[in-house]
Amino acid sequence: MPSDRYSIFSVLTEALRGQTGWKPAWRKATPKPNYDVVIVGGGGHGLAAAYYLAKRYGLSNVAVIEKGWIGSGNVGRNTTIVRSNYMLPGNIPFYETSMKLWEGLEQDLNYNAMVSQRGVLNLYHSDGQRDAYVRRGNAMRMHGVDAELLDRDAVQRMYPWLNYDNARFPIKGGLLQRRGGTVRHDAVAWGYARGADQHGVDIIENTEVTGFRITNGRIEGVETSRGFVGARKVGLACAGNSSRVASMAGLNLPLESHVLQAFVTEGIKPFIDGVVTFGAGHFYISQSDKGGLVFGGDLDGYNSYAQRGNLPVVEDVIEGGMALMPRIGRVRLLRSWGGIMDMSMDGSPIIDHTPISGLYLNGGWCYGGFKATPAAGLCFAHLIARNEPHAVARAYRLDRFRTGHMVDEKGMGNQPNLH
Amino acid sequence: MRISCPHCGERALDEFSYLGDASVTRPDPAAADAADAFYTYAYERRNIAGPTQELWYHQAGCHAWLVVTRDTRTHEISDVKAAQDVALERVNSTTGAA
Repeated sequence: MPSDRYSIFSVLTEALRGQTGWKPAWRKATPKPNYDVVIVGGGGHGLAAAYYLAKRYGLSNVAVIEKGWIGSGNVGRNTTIVRSNYMLPGNIPFYETSMKLWEGLEQDLNYNAMVSQRGVLNLYHSDGQRDAYVRRGNAMRMHGVDAELLDRDAVQRMYPWLNYDNARFPIKGGLLQRRGGTVRHDAVAWGYARGADQHGVDIIENTEVTGFRITNGRIEGVETSRGFVGARKVGLACAGNSSRVASMAGLNLPLESHVLQAFVTEGIKPFIDGVVTFGAGHFYISQSDKGGLVFGGDLDGYNSYAQRGNLPVVEDVIEGGMALMPRIGRVRLLRSWGGIMDMSMDGSPIIDHTPISGLYLNGGWCYGGFKATPAAGLCFAHLIARNEPHAVARAYRLDRFRTGHMVDEKGMGNQPNLH
Repeated sequence: MRISCPHCGERALDEFSYLGDASVTRPDPAAADAADAFYTYAYERRNIAGPTQELWYHQAGCHAWLVVTRDTRTHEISDVKAAQDVALERVNSTTGAA
């Protein structure tokens, strides 16, 4: 009997019969002529939405159509950090829903996503920054999210080797969310793909959506590189390329696509056991279970679809790292790469109807999409199935820029490269 | 990516800062549809994958605003003009048409 469910018994059984019983984690589906729901984009969000549509909302006649292969986009290009340390009312309940889903994800999916709640520590370097973190921490605690304000001594006990006495940016303390951490990003895509497949979802890889069939303002399906696929409802989950895909339906979105670079060093022995962010520049770092230091910083700052960035930002990120932890200077950089972000006009995402009946949008994730994956999938599934927003995603409306109901954590306004 | 400033010659990217789409113009605040036009102007983006015209500022150089034609898929720059010249061309072409 093939091993459908992963457990200690399936591992032992397979060990005894020479690993011959494992099945592919999902079928290679061919498109059917019609579906109840087609999700465009087989990244984390699209797969999660399909999974929750089938599992929680009882819609199993669902297809996920992906241009490349599963997880070939941003879900496999991020720095794997999960956290819910947001401040604004529209954001905290959503990201905390996501954090709670992360906490039960592996049991729910029966898949090892290496969820590791190793703590996310945001450092502060001035009195003003401490006050801002006190406010943020209090906002989190009022919403039932864990947050601890640490003084310099407490941070020093955790990470004695940081550069505390940098003349310009001394470390004065930090805001710690212990429940934050990292998750194996590829495994999230694979786990959701397997879970969705087990609930009957067709995952159609290497198939590009090339257009939408819209009649009298209502979606009827998608044109693909493998022909027309009919659908009563279509959900777009292709952040990074939302504008390109939505433009095929005649929509102009409040988004710009920007490149964000990330970096990984050669593998070294255990060194940083949590996630640390530098508050004076923009630099965040953690260590993968393979030993590489994974870090990133600011956007390059100009519109891009190129999935690679330029040297000034490489220099800036590494300078931030050297200011914070000079001892990483002797580690060699192994790889750097870029991911394309949907940058919205207030730094917050969009999960909403579009003006076209039956066409829904999940996009604008800026660079917070990975941590949001479970809740984004759940809320997008809720929206598609019930035709109304999930309670924790009501703020993420597409028309909020017109009505003035922005959710702007950083207060930067409509200059997306500053969010 | 290096940008050839018409005044200073080819310079490194970190001398420049980015504003965005150079093809949009500020709507007329006295127009009847000003609220809609300003929403579109301020918040909607064409966000093109391909050659685009964008405004860059030569912050660490001559302080000129530039219109850079750049392909967002490859970062290849095909043209750089002073924003002032582009604006004058636009004014001349509209007055010429009128």
